[in-house]
Amino acid sequence: MTDKERQQLLQKLLEKQSRDKLTPSDRFEIPPQDMPEQDAAERRANVNEVALGYTPTQARLEALRCLGCKKAPCIKGCPVQIRIRDFVCAIADGDYTQALAIIKENSLLPAVCGRVCPQEVQCQQTCTVGIKFKDPTKAVSIGRLERFVADLDKDNASIPAVAAETGMKVAVIGSGPGGIVAAADTRRAGHDVTIFEAFHKTGGVMVYGIPEFRLPKAIVQREIDTLEKMGVKIVCNFIVGRTRAIEQLMKEDGFDAVYIGVGAGLPRFMSIEGESLIGVFSANEYLTRANLMRAYDFGKSADTPIVQSKKVAVIGGGNVAMDSARTAVRLGAEKVYLVYRRTEKEMPARVEEVHHAKEEGVEFHILQSPKRIIGDDNSRVTGIECLKYRLGEPDDSGRRRPIPIEGSEFRIGLDTVIIAIGNAANPLIRQTTPGLEFNKWGNIVVDENCKTLLEGVYAGGDIVLGAATVILAMGQGRIAAAAMNEYLAKKKKSI
Amino acid sequence: MSHKILSKEQLSENVFTAEIEAALVARARKPGQFVIISLNNEYAERIPLTIADADAEKGTIRLIWQRVGKTTAELADLKEGDEIANVAGPLGKPTHIENFGIVACVGGGIGNAPLLPIAKALKQAGNKVCSILGARNKELLILEDEFARLSDELIITTDDGSYGRKALVTEPLEELCKSEKKPNQVFAIGPAIMMKFCCAVTKRYNIPTQVSLNTIMVDGTGMCGGCRIEFDGQPKFVCVDGPEFDGHKVNFDLMMKRLGAYKDLEQKAHEKYQKHRCKIGLDKT
Repeated sequence: MTDKERQQLLQKLLEKQSRDKLTPSDRFEIPPQDMPEQDAAERRANVNEVALGYTPTQARLEALRCLGCKKAPCIKGCPVQIRIRDFVCAIADGDYTQALAIIKENSLLPAVCGRVCPQEVQCQQTCTVGIKFKDPTKAVSIGRLERFVADLDKDNASIPAVAAETGMKVAVIGSGPGGIVAAADTRRAGHDVTIFEAFHKTGGVMVYGIPEFRLPKAIVQREIDTLEKMGVKIVCNFIVGRTRAIEQLMKEDGFDAVYIGVGAGLPRFMSIEGESLIGVFSANEYLTRANLMRAYDFGKSADTPIVQSKKVAVIGGGNVAMDSARTAVRLGAEKVYLVYRRTEKEMPARVEEVHHAKEEGVEFHILQSPKRIIGDDNSRVTGIECLKYRLGEPDDSGRRRPIPIEGSEFRIGLDTVIIAIGNAANPLIRQTTPGLEFNKWGNIVVDENCKTLLEGVYAGGDIVLGAATVILAMGQGRIAAAAMNEYLAKKKKSI
Repeated sequence: MSHKILSKEQLSENVFTAEIEAALVARARKPGQFVIISLNNEYAERIPLTIADADAEKGTIRLIWQRVGKTTAELADLKEGDEIANVAGPLGKPTHIENFGIVACVGGGIGNAPLLPIAKALKQAGNKVCSILGARNKELLILEDEFARLSDELIITTDDGSYGRKALVTEPLEELCKSEKKPNQVFAIGPAIMMKFCCAVTKRYNIPTQVSLNTIMVDGTGMCGGCRIEFDGQPKFVCVDGPEFDGHKVNFDLMMKRLGAYKDLEQKAHEKYQKHRCKIGLDKT
């Protein structure tokens, strides 16, 4: 469809709508609007964002596909219950400011979530249009619409209002999505908020993990800038637990409440032979070198080196695996294999990332998993020995369990292996904070308000949930902030 | 937070020391811990450096580093009054200090720097401290005076015999192990190969030996796993599980290979920086 055809279609539809004649079947007939993207061959050689964003015409056409269901099942699919139907409707009407205002009632990071939320298992999974077509990717593209209105607000004109100073001090540990939201919401209530970040740069997983081509750093920086404009203080290079313990922050430094949003952060390995060989990386390390330290500019503006791989295998099937594989492509690898022990259907990655990875030439090896990693005399990786798998009965996660096929060993020649099978809980807070309760995986135990066993201490995101998503972390930051605001109001009264 | 260099000194051809402002680190740090520094807020490399000493009241820490790559060379070119952009820490688990009785502190080359605060704390805890310091030659020996002040016995060795005994540190260590002054606990810090052979000696005499490892790190907070070693057959992270480990269970051979993972790239970056500093005339100062 050309742009002109789209404009004509939009005019026709709007005209029909103005006469109250736009029927559900008219809406079903509107072609789902594809996201304009950088050409696959071109983007293999750059780190610029792949998805370019809707034009206003596309956004309004896509928004007109929404049936405006009375029950709005999309809202139930959203972890933070954004009034999706209403914002989509506002876009259809061309009222983008209103659309953004509706989103911001529930989500502070629409430019981020519009890009990285797994919509097909959230709002778009419950969308009536998607159900009608029996395909969540044919649902109303809620994420793309969210991104569209968020991107219009480039200079972040909508800085939230801050209540009168309460004199209560809040410490937020970690500047990832949960921390940003917890900081914003507690600051809005008038508290004196400081974010403590262990790295030299803010943004957490959004800057060290998620690559530029999926989430440009400038977008994350805009959110941080907003916090600073609101009066939130940011302290980098501060490792809570080491630089100061939580107890010191509260007893000696005068913080009345603490939010722990430190993320999961400890990469899992597979406990197979050869994992310590040179050329075996955790996805965290590979992505941190590439993203946070910008190793793709090594020798130009960046000082952190990264391995120059020719043949790479990424082990895993989640978003982090896709990010690693696509980063390897951009760093010039000739062959990038994605090795996953189940099938594509069970992959936890977003459909769009899987699609993009394939477009960029990543070769999928499904129903396979390495048994051991093979190295040469210098301990450098030369290959992996894999086993083939088949699927058995569903396991606890509801996905069919992968079963190794005995005697099916085969080898793949490689120089780099990137392990992207998830993270365990970082032990730092646990080692240094007596009084907190942890589950058997090392995650902090909290109640429904994200409150821990320690008074005034709240926690959320991956350190509570295990590996989750940006939106879930954000949702918990919000729940915790509401609880902290309530706690601090009571505490202030009692003083 | 300001991290101004208050004083700087060259200890040997490639070893430097500086006292820098780092109030929070100075207050929190304990022997055995380290910091991660980087020289600008953009895309400078993050490198782990030992905290050789600290003054909590003054709010300063003392760093000692060896010029081996681009970042350490750049750091060596900074002057008093210059700022270090980022200093994060203290990182790693502190050394377990107690009164073991007799302890041997074995340092090799730049390893004397992390060893110094540990030896000090051991002395303060009532141990009889025997220090064995080794260097390739007299010029490369650092912190001799500091160790002389705190040690009950100090043995110096050089590879070429230009100072002290012409021997490797393992020789006097083995003699000590055989003698009536057999240590109850050994701390060995230095190049991987030195720690490996020290551990081979102490294992024969069944003496518990702590080593402090300096592997390649990116974040230093447990996130990347780049610093992992094989310990008792299991992966361990030097940044959060260490930096100190029971040396008898460390796979040093693998660790040494991993240390060389980026050698070529590091070498290129260092050479490029050296050329650059020639051009801007830094080498003449």
